[in-house]
Amino acid sequence: MNAAVLPATPRPNISFDRVSQVFTSSDGSEVVALDNASFDIGRHEFIAVLGPSGCGKSTLLRILAGLVRPTHGQVSIYGSPVDGPRDEIGIVFQKPTLLPWLNIRDNLTFPMRHKYGRVTAQEITRGEELLELVGLKEFGNKRPDELSGGMQQRAAIARALLHDPEILLMDEPFSALDALTRDELSLELLNIWTQRPKTVLFITHSIPEALLLADRILVMSARPGRVQEIIDVDLPRPRSMQTLTEPRFNELANHIRRKVFSRHAH
Amino acid sequence: MSSPTISAAKSSRAMPIKPKALRLTAQAARFAPWLALLVLLLIWEAACRLLKLPSFVLPSPSAIFAATQKVGLGAWAEHIFATLRVTLMGYGLSILIGIPLAIALASSRLMSRTLYPLLVIVQSTPIVAVAPIIVVVMGAGDLPRVFITFLIAFFPIVVSCVTGLLATPEELVELSRSLGASKAREYRNIRLPYAIPHLFSALRISITLAVIGAVVAEFVAAEKGLGYFINFSTSMFQVPQAFAALMMLVVISLVLFHLIGLLQKVCFPWSLPKAGH
Repeated sequence: MNAAVLPATPRPNISFDRVSQVFTSSDGSEVVALDNASFDIGRHEFIAVLGPSGCGKSTLLRILAGLVRPTHGQVSIYGSPVDGPRDEIGIVFQKPTLLPWLNIRDNLTFPMRHKYGRVTAQEITRGEELLELVGLKEFGNKRPDELSGGMQQRAAIARALLHDPEILLMDEPFSALDALTRDELSLELLNIWTQRPKTVLFITHSIPEALLLADRILVMSARPGRVQEIIDVDLPRPRSMQTLTEPRFNELANHIRRKVFSRHAH
Repeated sequence: MSSPTISAAKSSRAMPIKPKALRLTAQAARFAPWLALLVLLLIWEAACRLLKLPSFVLPSPSAIFAATQKVGLGAWAEHIFATLRVTLMGYGLSILIGIPLAIALASSRLMSRTLYPLLVIVQSTPIVAVAPIIVVVMGAGDLPRVFITFLIAFFPIVVSCVTGLLATPEELVELSRSLGASKAREYRNIRLPYAIPHLFSALRISITLAVIGAVVAEFVAAEKGLGYFINFSTSMFQVPQAFAALMMLVVISLVLFHLIGLLQKVCFPWSLPKAGH
């Protein structure tokens, strides 16, 4: 477990301390979704969580979001333990989950209206800026079903950014999109992250996606869900599609693949 | 009656992108139901005349039309108004009770386990058989009629509304929870709007059930209304005018059914199934 506790760059702003999550399934047996996970995440670090389905990566995200209480251990943000949802966090889910009865502009400000019952002029201005940032400037008045899947997911990202969260949690946000849109959105996400630095926890099951985006990759294994290795992605930034052709990229990709498959062979 | 009109409306909406031949078929589809109705009426009329059926067995369309005129506008208006009043009051009560009940059932496992069996028992009871008892218990006046209508109409509203409330994507509920929003806000801003499509399909079914409920109630205890009028007419062997009242009930049902559809189209256009699907 020593390898899992890495010295994080700057001061850690998120720390997982021996976090476990055990669910009781319908037949009464216990399922260990997450087993003794410990690691730190530095400020404005981009962390990808990579692993097969059932490895507890979504559980990890939900614990950090304060949606699920861990069975054991503790997660803290800025040193204070997470005991419920917090304002510093924005979430992007696998599906865009926009509200079909609101146009894109109102969908962006929906979290504010939902939480406080009103939207300030400042938030409306910010919504417009974000629409422009994600390339949806002309689509503010459209309803979600009039937009493509990729555009809907852009809107969902903009929605998560509206309250300018310090921490962005992304749960396989591009996995429902086609390969081309996926690459395009990955690069845009990098662009947004460069312009507005945030701590990002990005869940994925795509090795190239994780390598393209992240500073470090948490490789997880399933049953029980465990942090198997944390890999430093020493590819230079800014990254682009060119990054995918670099020898170092392939080296890292092969290393991760071996890790994942060696587990499966056992 | 209703499904051909719905499909005709759909095909006319999709018309501009269709080639000419298809456009003609779409035109034909629009008039087909009316043509079928006309042919049916002609066969009916011819059968009555040729077979010399007595009017208390099966009155001809012309006899029904004559009876309609004989009863007079004032009397019709009175009966229609009475039935419509009970229908809408019972329907309104179904909505007022059905939706909060659905929220209770959807939000609490305890409530759902406690109330659901009771609801199923109520729904399984033949309301027509209970109606006379209700009248005895509740006495004369609107109350028993509205209550009978409510009993017949409310169940689909509750069931569909619960389905809709629970069909809300889990991730949206998580979004709501991650914002620390209250359960009340979650229901008002997310779950209830999500239930709208389900709710409206139930509202369309329930409005026709409400008409049935009102007629059942009028059979049992009423001194006006179309249900009462059919009962009264058949007891006097005035079958043509009973048929006339029946036709009016059908028209009322259809009009109300389509009004609910129109209401959905105007107020919640996003909740309609997408064209071309």
